[in-house]
Amino acid sequence: MSTQKVTLAKSLNMGLRRAMEDDPKVLLMGEDVGKLGGVFRITDGLQKDFGEDRVIDSPLAESGIVGTAVGMALRGYRPVVEIQFDGFVYPAYDQIVCQVAKMSYRSKGRSRMPMVIRIPYGGGIGAVEHHSESPEAQFAHTPGLKVVTCSNPVDGYWMIQQAIACDDPVIFLEPKRQYHADKADLDTTATPAPLFTSRVVRRGTDVTLLAYGPMVKTAMKAAEAAATEGRSLEVIDLRTLSPLDMAPVLESVRRTGRAVVAHEAHVNLGLGAELSARITEQCFYSLEAPVLRVGGFDTPYPASRIEEDFLPDLDRVLDAVDRSMEF
Amino acid sequence: MSPDSTFGPDLVEVFGPSQSDGGPELVQLLTPEGERVHHPEFDMDFSAEQLRGFYRDMVLTRRIDTEATALQRHGELGIWAQLLGQEAAQIGAGRALRTQDHVFPTYREHGVAWCKGVDPLKLLGLFRGVDHGAWDPEENHFGLYTIVIGAQTLHATGYAMGMQRDGVVGTGDPERDAAVIAHFGDGASSQGDVNEAFIFAASYNAPVVFFCQNNQWAISEPIERQTRIPLYQRALGFGFPGVRVDGNDVLATYAVTQAALQRARDGQGPTFVEAYTYRMGAHTTTDDPTRYRLSDDVESWKLKDPIARVEVYLRRNGLVDDAFIAGVKDEADDLGARLREGCKAMPDPQPLDMFDHVYAEMTDELAAQRDGFAAYLESFEGADR
Repeated sequence: MSTQKVTLAKSLNMGLRRAMEDDPKVLLMGEDVGKLGGVFRITDGLQKDFGEDRVIDSPLAESGIVGTAVGMALRGYRPVVEIQFDGFVYPAYDQIVCQVAKMSYRSKGRSRMPMVIRIPYGGGIGAVEHHSESPEAQFAHTPGLKVVTCSNPVDGYWMIQQAIACDDPVIFLEPKRQYHADKADLDTTATPAPLFTSRVVRRGTDVTLLAYGPMVKTAMKAAEAAATEGRSLEVIDLRTLSPLDMAPVLESVRRTGRAVVAHEAHVNLGLGAELSARITEQCFYSLEAPVLRVGGFDTPYPASRIEEDFLPDLDRVLDAVDRSMEF
Repeated sequence: MSPDSTFGPDLVEVFGPSQSDGGPELVQLLTPEGERVHHPEFDMDFSAEQLRGFYRDMVLTRRIDTEATALQRHGELGIWAQLLGQEAAQIGAGRALRTQDHVFPTYREHGVAWCKGVDPLKLLGLFRGVDHGAWDPEENHFGLYTIVIGAQTLHATGYAMGMQRDGVVGTGDPERDAAVIAHFGDGASSQGDVNEAFIFAASYNAPVVFFCQNNQWAISEPIERQTRIPLYQRALGFGFPGVRVDGNDVLATYAVTQAALQRARDGQGPTFVEAYTYRMGAHTTTDDPTRYRLSDDVESWKLKDPIARVEVYLRRNGLVDDAFIAGVKDEADDLGARLREGCKAMPDPQPLDMFDHVYAEMTDELAAQRDGFAAYLESFEGADR
């Protein structure tokens, strides 16, 4: 039987392994990804099995990692690079937004960038500064990039393979506090949903709750808690942040008339702002309340002893649900 | 400020005094006066055919440059990045390349593009504003012009790492072994990406030649603002050889680049080549160098013109006659005419073209934006789109 219980960390590792087995052009590169298997062990054992030419320990320079990966992609490889922590992606920002994102456009499609940039992201692990950030909006705002995030082990396994197979550059955001949190049944013979699709993960009738990555678990718990009070929340795991898959969102909001968006990233100009604008533009006459947003406050990420106050939790999500219902 | 000689060795002791003429380490095979000189390490024989070829390449490259500059003055180009004075550095480096060697240029490598067989008309498209430089990078092994200073040196290094994995380095087969050349300038040498490229290339022993045209100026900033030691000496700190060559001497540039490329193809890793030259023109057609540099400097470099010294050598040794020189001039005139006509005939892209090639697979949301814009355009009375 091909079903097994795995964590997100394990499923990503399995997905990377399978992608490397399927395509000899797939290379992994990053800091500590070789012998150590990455600081989160996502690449554990891969260098041993695929060799140092395919699993490359890099110098400590993020622009160097992404910039050389551009060259490898131009040479016909499919590099998968690991940025060790979300807050360390910024030294590579120029290479990502000016080079990776624009290469296809600049070359009129002659030079593709089939590259995956894996970024462990989000908070809740008690880390020091620059280790808990949610930079997704920075990349979703950049034409030429595609941005996805997985919320559970099953999606992790399939989405990483689909991202690697994609001919466009994909920013692949991994909710680091979920890496070792839960196990799920993974059937490696199943047929996955297409990569750039959102998914309704809980049916409901009163309010549509939009979440992704680390917030999906919180949203599901909020829906369970709300159910005990007689409220029926529909939860959508967005999965893809750029492009957005609006069809299931719009269909849901037209039924419920209410939407709450929850993410760890700062609220100001976050994904919630874009979702709110699109829902308003396309569901205006279905709305019973304005779209509400719950997110990290517009402060730098705080010291970890108070990070649980910064991060939206079950109660703050339900507070927003209450406000939506009372509007 | 002067180097602190109380801490560690004096910089002047280690590296020698700063030399405005390139210094004693400058590799030269043909003097500004057209005298053939010899070098213990980089000497080589050139056939008359080769020398005439260099001359022709440089004259035609200069014509591309002057023609494009004129086209900018006539409003046909938005801007042009001039290479006047750097013809030898580019032709020497460009002719040292084999077909399979891959170039990562800045936005000024018009001479290298010429050597690689890229139609100069295609270079004009970027500066006219009809595209972002859309030649096929793999067709001629000549990458797209890169505007962000130094970013391409990392691409070059990664491409070279790909060559290592493709098994086209150090096989001993001259038809198979390949290398990468990364072009950049003295200003770029201060960029983090360039320094990271040095580190990655050294760490993986990547087959890449870092070819720096030190033309003394980064727009208005002199070389002294970028470095306190001769640039080529930086290579030592990264763990690979650095050579300073007379960038106005096409023979020396060819010889040094050829040796560096061969090291790379043989699997011996990166080399830094500093082509010591001078930007005779402005940074671009929007720049005004009279605001920041002395005309005396420019005059002194005119005496080191890269084309004049080759012509003197060819004539003195009876390797060309007037008919040959006139023939090259006619060829340049024809090229100029073709560029003028071709540039003006270049069609503007259509508004909806802007939506093409953002992605390999266009997203539904972008397609919807494009369709919406198309409908908007069509809504105007008399719209013919």
